[in-house]
Amino acid sequence: MTALEDRTEAPAPEVGKARKRKEDARLITGRTTWTDNMVLPGMLHLAVVRSPVAHAKITSVDVSAAADAPGVVAVFTGRDFAEEQGSIPCAWPVTPDMVNPGHPSLAVEEVNHVGEAVAVIVARSKAAAQDAVELVDVDYDPLPVVLDMEEAVAEQPDLCHDHLSSNESFRFVFDAGEAGTGQNTDEAFANAEVVVSRRFVQQRLIPAFMEPRAAVVQPQGDNYTMWSSTQVPHILRLMLAMITGTPEHKLRVIAPDVGGGFGGKLQVTPEEVITLLVARRLGKPVKWTETRSESLMSAHHGRDQIQYVDVAADREGNIKGLKVHILSDMGAYLRLVSPGVPVLGAFMYPGIYKFPAYRFDCQGVFTNKTPTDAYRGAGRPEATFAIERIMDELAVELGMDPLELRRKNWIKAEEFPFTTVAGLEYDSGDYDAATQQALELLGYDELREEQRRRRESDDPVQLGIGFSTFTEMCGLAPSRVLGSLSYGAGGWEHASIRMLPTGKVEVVTGSTPHGQGHETAWSQLVADELGVPFEDVEVLHGDTGISSRGLDTYGSRSLVVGGAAVVSASQKVVAKARKVAAHLLEAGEDDLQFESGSFSVRGTPGTSISIQEIALATFAAHNFPEGMEPSIDADATFDPVNFSFPHGTHICAMEVDTETGFVKIRKYACVDDVGKIVNPLIVEGQVHGGLAQGIAQALYEEAIYDADGNLTTGTFVDYLVPSAADLPHFDTGNTVHEAPGNPIGAKGVGEAGCIASTPAVVNAALDAVRHLGVTDIRMPLTPERVWRAIHSGGDGGDRATAGSNAYGGAQTETTAGVSTEASSLGGDR
Amino acid sequence: MIPAPFEYARPTTVDEALQAIAAGGEDVKVLAGGQSLIPVMRLRLAAPETVVDLGRVAELRGVREDGDALVIGAMTTHSDVLADPLIQQHAPLIAQATETVADRQVRHRGTFGGALVHADPAGDLPAVALALDAEFVIAGPEGRRTVPARDFFVDYLTTAVGEGELLVEVRVPKLDGQWGMRYEKFNRVAQAWSIVAVAAAVRRENGHIAEARVGLTNMGPTPLRAGAVEAALSGAEATPEAIAAAAAHAAEGTEPSSDLNAQADYRQHLATVLTRRAVTAAAGL
Repeated sequence: MTALEDRTEAPAPEVGKARKRKEDARLITGRTTWTDNMVLPGMLHLAVVRSPVAHAKITSVDVSAAADAPGVVAVFTGRDFAEEQGSIPCAWPVTPDMVNPGHPSLAVEEVNHVGEAVAVIVARSKAAAQDAVELVDVDYDPLPVVLDMEEAVAEQPDLCHDHLSSNESFRFVFDAGEAGTGQNTDEAFANAEVVVSRRFVQQRLIPAFMEPRAAVVQPQGDNYTMWSSTQVPHILRLMLAMITGTPEHKLRVIAPDVGGGFGGKLQVTPEEVITLLVARRLGKPVKWTETRSESLMSAHHGRDQIQYVDVAADREGNIKGLKVHILSDMGAYLRLVSPGVPVLGAFMYPGIYKFPAYRFDCQGVFTNKTPTDAYRGAGRPEATFAIERIMDELAVELGMDPLELRRKNWIKAEEFPFTTVAGLEYDSGDYDAATQQALELLGYDELREEQRRRRESDDPVQLGIGFSTFTEMCGLAPSRVLGSLSYGAGGWEHASIRMLPTGKVEVVTGSTPHGQGHETAWSQLVADELGVPFEDVEVLHGDTGISSRGLDTYGSRSLVVGGAAVVSASQKVVAKARKVAAHLLEAGEDDLQFESGSFSVRGTPGTSISIQEIALATFAAHNFPEGMEPSIDADATFDPVNFSFPHGTHICAMEVDTETGFVKIRKYACVDDVGKIVNPLIVEGQVHGGLAQGIAQALYEEAIYDADGNLTTGTFVDYLVPSAADLPHFDTGNTVHEAPGNPIGAKGVGEAGCIASTPAVVNAALDAVRHLGVTDIRMPLTPERVWRAIHSGGDGGDRATAGSNAYGGAQTETTAGVSTEASSLGGDR
Repeated sequence: MIPAPFEYARPTTVDEALQAIAAGGEDVKVLAGGQSLIPVMRLRLAAPETVVDLGRVAELRGVREDGDALVIGAMTTHSDVLADPLIQQHAPLIAQATETVADRQVRHRGTFGGALVHADPAGDLPAVALALDAEFVIAGPEGRRTVPARDFFVDYLTTAVGEGELLVEVRVPKLDGQWGMRYEKFNRVAQAWSIVAVAAAVRRENGHIAEARVGLTNMGPTPLRAGAVEAALSGAEATPEAIAAAAAHAAEGTEPSSDLNAQADYRQHLATVLTRRAVTAAAGL
């Protein structure tokens, strides 16, 4: 027989479609609820008084003038909350003896960085609160300021926290020889024919999310609802309960639409704690919204490492060993995962290469600066930069082509799954295929030819080509692995599917988006699994009252962990619906086939019932299978057994104007393998955004402190976030090697571009001017640094630490109140 | 951030504006687009007692011809300057420089006169006005006076516009003959201030440079004319070698500042490179 008459054309699968994002219309037009849009009856406004000094004892705080100011309801200092504010939590004690100095939300005895919260004004309007900030009179007894990590760990340094015995928070060592995943590193180096050593500086960066942070708290009896511009409402609820003693079941945290985070909102912030404490103390709804200046100064920063990297090889270019020593700047305090950031990188320094020996040694260092924490890539960009830069340096030392050296040492396609010297099992991939495709996208041979011509003619504009053949570990992730690293939570993710009577579908996800496009991608997944129209799926998220279980969004985890939970829950719904269908169609479950959203009896044309009809039948429950509860809804929690390992080859062609030092990306090509692609448009967008941020680290962004610990780059005039006008066209491509570790086959993509691009850009600039004697240029590659490296040697040196063109010479670091002579802006102004 | 409280006046004529300034108390700021003033007020780096907003003074807007000169109203926005055919025809250097000012949004609000009176050394228009020998018409309680560009820029963020006065228009001589012009700006990201920039106008005659005017942006507290370069170019052959030799004098007598983007010696180096490039382009080579 033929079933042809029975079948309509099956719709094309949603997975793989370049769907425009269903959430974009409201996000782009702003016709949605951001936290700062929240207006509650009787709501009061907060403004935070911040320390203008980097390190001092607080000798007195006089709030009387502020308390008397018009519209001011109350002023609180650290002492007012000393008994109930606890410490900002650090959920990642990376070593058993890690030193945590404690982190009050409002400073009580001392301040340890410029911008630290000292007091909070509560007023009837935002303007009144802001006006009163200047009326709070704080006396500071200055202490020595610790800013330089190398000095901080040298002999007899000044102390960032004078009640501690040193500036070291922890020392985390991974030695492959000791772990049994590799040979003895010292022996490998002792026997090596060639050793190349370099010191790389990962400058301090600021996440610079689009929407500044904000929090609103509404008390209702002894219940509290907090709206916050956060990436992690579930983690925030748990931590607030633990810190403030407000019972977890009396707290509800809502992340409404959130305008970006990049890791910068993966935090439990002092301001969130303060907002809750003030609302609890006054019994009134309160709102805190930061200014951009506050955000740049006091929201956590990222990167800031000094990397001492040694690589050993033989003369033929066979790598023998890798040693990495890291100084990682924690800033003044440990925040949620500050110590975990370098440790996430610890396992990625070997990159895609088959090192027989490896040792990683990291010191977490306190300085009197804003705390650091997660920033897009968190540990892996630093690792990727170090390995991809040192491979180029080794190639130069050996006189080898940098790509040839890589090829010789990378893991071959047939060797997957491959257990690395760091003990990770890389899941799948083909580095050579990605590289070949990227070379073609770039037009490699022509550009190499042009480079040769420019060199020979001594053209003022030189051309260079730089590679980054990278992989990374993402999709955080296996709870057991996180546990083995002493992380304070699991890595699972939760989803629920709720079938509504009209056949529409609600998907509840514990992975809270802040711009990634979860609503679209999840709808595509569910549409395929349930065979319902894309438009019939609604995704709910970001509210602990709706989505009771979740671990939120970071570490490129949403699709590969959260999406997997959605798929798993969908499959459970289908399994339940199958029982109902069998009952209604009076057939055996095994005789049913499920296709395009409908169950039908094999070999019996014309008998079918759609899952959406089953949803209505379930709602009515008039005719339901015996012994089955009337619901086909389902929950699922997914906990993968491994990370996913996206990889790719990024190639940058860079023009360097040797007369001015100005660098300009001529062409950028990258081929990323992110496994199965659910939505190519979202993947492309994530790659573009990641590239922009990775290139920004290479060329533009740097948080600079002056000698007193003032943030000199305190506005966007000085902290240079590039715009589209500053970035090149991106030629992107993909290879697809599905991840075996999740039912979708996807690998994370959120951080890949940011992790991969930075070393490709720096390698390209160096390739352009290496024949002029340049061996390194400090990031970001400012024109002045490039010019100095070409004309005076070295890596371009440090930049003037004070001084700015901003705002007609007006001082930009004084948002907190005062400046000193030494912090005044440079030049003749 | 929220500015400190201030009084606000929005006059509709120059006379009303002058009265508002006179009545505004000790610390009066004139709002002429607000692309520099509003940010510093929001950061509370400036807290004027009174802000006099010229946004509704229609007579200060627009570009017209007056004999040998173009007259540009002080409140003409950058985007209106860019769109103006008279500017394109008679003062393309102004158009070129204006196109590099900040971003599109700023150019729609910021004004020609506002940028000149603000006199930020990193701003693009002062060096252009200086290179073009513009004249500044200033209105005050005693009437109007005209100040040549070389006397207008007095010091860092300071011009010849005195207390109680207002810049009303800028007269730019039309350059007759075969003039070529070029504004060469050096910055790190598209919307940023100039680290250094060079405004060049060159008149060629018979394969020679008959006359050259070179203005320097951000090479000191005020915009500068590169006098030594101009002297060396006068009558020189229009060749790359002659231009390079002249441009080597560009940093003479300059005292640029050191800041996050550039230290003084690097600025001086940039001035010579950018001058060579600007003059070369203006000379049509």
